[in-house]
Amino acid sequence: MMHFLEMGGYGAFVWPAYGVTVLGLGGAGLLTLRAYFRAKTMFAKLGDRNPE
Amino acid sequence: MFGLANPKRFMDASAPVVPWIGSLAAILIAIGCYMALAVVPPERLQGDTVRIMYVHVPAAWVSMSAYGVMALASLVALVNRHPLADIAAREAAPLGALFTALALITGSLWGKPTWGTYWVWDARLTSFLLLLFLYLGYIALWNAIEDEVRAARAAAVLAIVGAVNLPIIVFSVEWWNTLHQGESILRRGGPSIAPVFLWPLFIMAAGYTLLFVTLWILRIRTAIFTRALRIRLSAGAAS
Repeated sequence: MMHFLEMGGYGAFVWPAYGVTVLGLGGAGLLTLRAYFRAKTMFAKLGDRNPE
Repeated sequence: MFGLANPKRFMDASAPVVPWIGSLAAILIAIGCYMALAVVPPERLQGDTVRIMYVHVPAAWVSMSAYGVMALASLVALVNRHPLADIAAREAAPLGALFTALALITGSLWGKPTWGTYWVWDARLTSFLLLLFLYLGYIALWNAIEDEVRAARAAAVLAIVGAVNLPIIVFSVEWWNTLHQGESILRRGGPSIAPVFLWPLFIMAAGYTLLFVTLWILRIRTAIFTRALRIRLSAGAAS
């Protein structure tokens, strides 16, 4: 396990690269979904299913 | 294609597609990450730093494609005045900026162990930083002008003019002497990378592309819901 985490001595570069990617893409996904469902729910309260 | 530029048709067509594209994106990225971190062997010269390629290169590809999409949608908005084109261009920008920032950060983390520095002002890195500024300028322009029609027009012009940076990014490694390596995948004579390294890269690139498309469609749908909500609320307040 330690061998895997060390990444041949380059763990200090490899893991932050993956970490920032997960944070960036995961965060964007969560924020996008939250805004989407919020807008959809508010619109549904008006009694419409599909906006035009 | 232009048939989908009708908001109602777009909403009807995109609703059933989004969960499938999103799920496929998640699966491809999960498989790509597993292969990149656990299956791909250390590269002969770069060692394990080669694993950064799998989060850096797809981010760079998507960030440039997103700008191309944004510029194209802006052109359609200016010329054909399709109601969805402005929204499509505007909603691509924050995602493009995110992928560009990720490409710059991961590239700099790859640069330190391979070049000995996090940053160098060579043509590829500088033109890529300019891409981030173009995205930020585009977003700022939308927010700075209150009249939505004028804002859309000004932002569209910026997006189209800024597209000249795309070929500069692509060919910068050929036109100038750069620290950044030359093209090793999309090059004449085929890729110079061994298939064992190449397949996970294509899987990640497909996953990143589908993730961008998913988030982009969701953002467009959110914008349409929000606009319709605003119109109906203001109509209700007026009556």
